[in-house]
Amino acid sequence: MSFFHQLFTAFRGMASEAGETIIDTQAIRILEQEVRDAKKNLDEAKESLAQVIAKQIGIEREIKRLKKTIAEYEEYAIQSLNKGNEVLANEIAEKVADLENELAVQVSVLESYQVSVNTLKQNIRHTELHIKSMEREISVVKTTESVQKANVAAANKFSGSNSALRSATDSLERIKQKQQQKADQLQAAMQLQQQDSGSDLHEKLKQAGLVSEPISAQTVLARLKAKQVEKTNVRF
Amino acid sequence: MNLPKKLTELTHDLNGIKSYAGLVFNTELIPGETDVLVVTIEDREEFPVYITVDESQILCITHVWKEAEIIPAKRTELLESLLMMNLPMPLSSFSKIGPQYIIFGALSTHSSLEELIEEIDVLSENTLIAIEELRDYFVK
Repeated sequence: MSFFHQLFTAFRGMASEAGETIIDTQAIRILEQEVRDAKKNLDEAKESLAQVIAKQIGIEREIKRLKKTIAEYEEYAIQSLNKGNEVLANEIAEKVADLENELAVQVSVLESYQVSVNTLKQNIRHTELHIKSMEREISVVKTTESVQKANVAAANKFSGSNSALRSATDSLERIKQKQQQKADQLQAAMQLQQQDSGSDLHEKLKQAGLVSEPISAQTVLARLKAKQVEKTNVRF
Repeated sequence: MNLPKKLTELTHDLNGIKSYAGLVFNTELIPGETDVLVVTIEDREEFPVYITVDESQILCITHVWKEAEIIPAKRTELLESLLMMNLPMPLSSFSKIGPQYIIFGALSTHSSLEELIEEIDVLSENTLIAIEELRDYFVK
């Protein structure tokens, strides 16, 4: 069974209990076992990698040694030829041929080790990523369960015991009402403040002799009478 | 990183602060198999934000509506709307735990306190907008 399928099962387990969101602990246990198995495989793969790398280093050393020996014997063969010792040169050439065959074998072994090292490294990287993602997913499953529990606790605390029965739209309406109420209060407070500061200012202006008393009917009448007298004066 | 310590710190740092959007947060840590930090927002107490921290991420979750609140004939249409809203909706996505629909955002564990505050702001705003926009799908 694939990991994703198991994870899916764990989540579905939460839905199966009507109203209650109890996590499928059995499914989680299986998932955790899978992570432990993957970690064990990872350790084994790392050990194999270490062994292959150790062998690779041994082969590299051997190849170096063979190349050096071949160069030495080639030098001996040339010296023998220079001295006219064809028989010895022939014998040395056979030795060089054997060494070269041995070298070819070691080089091909080295190549196969290199392929193994690359494959093992890739597998290790892949397994590490896989473990990380499995652990993250298990953590999310556990987290959602804790959040569910916290939700029940918080809902009961803030909105009374029947909060679970309240709908999202009801809650939204309540929030909007609260917001409206706050906005109204704020506006009322601002108006009050404006009135207060307005009358305060007027009082100060009056005291400073910058404005007079509010205009009354008497002052209007007096002004009109004065105008009339003015007009009469102009006519005569 | 010490995860319980991180959550305890957040509980302390977020408590009583006023966010950039002018929301006032109150916090409470609820211990459990995974500790959960509950952030209640003044005047929006109906939709608290639940915060958890693990090795890979900080999850902020708000419960929105339950399966039973959806008008059965409109369920498929609602689900399609949720899928479509997931992309354009800033920072938040929809999901479902059992019969409970949720809206959530995930942050890196390296996120700053400011980024977390912004996440809570946006999540709370998205919650109200989503319910408002989708109210026709719900039983009256």
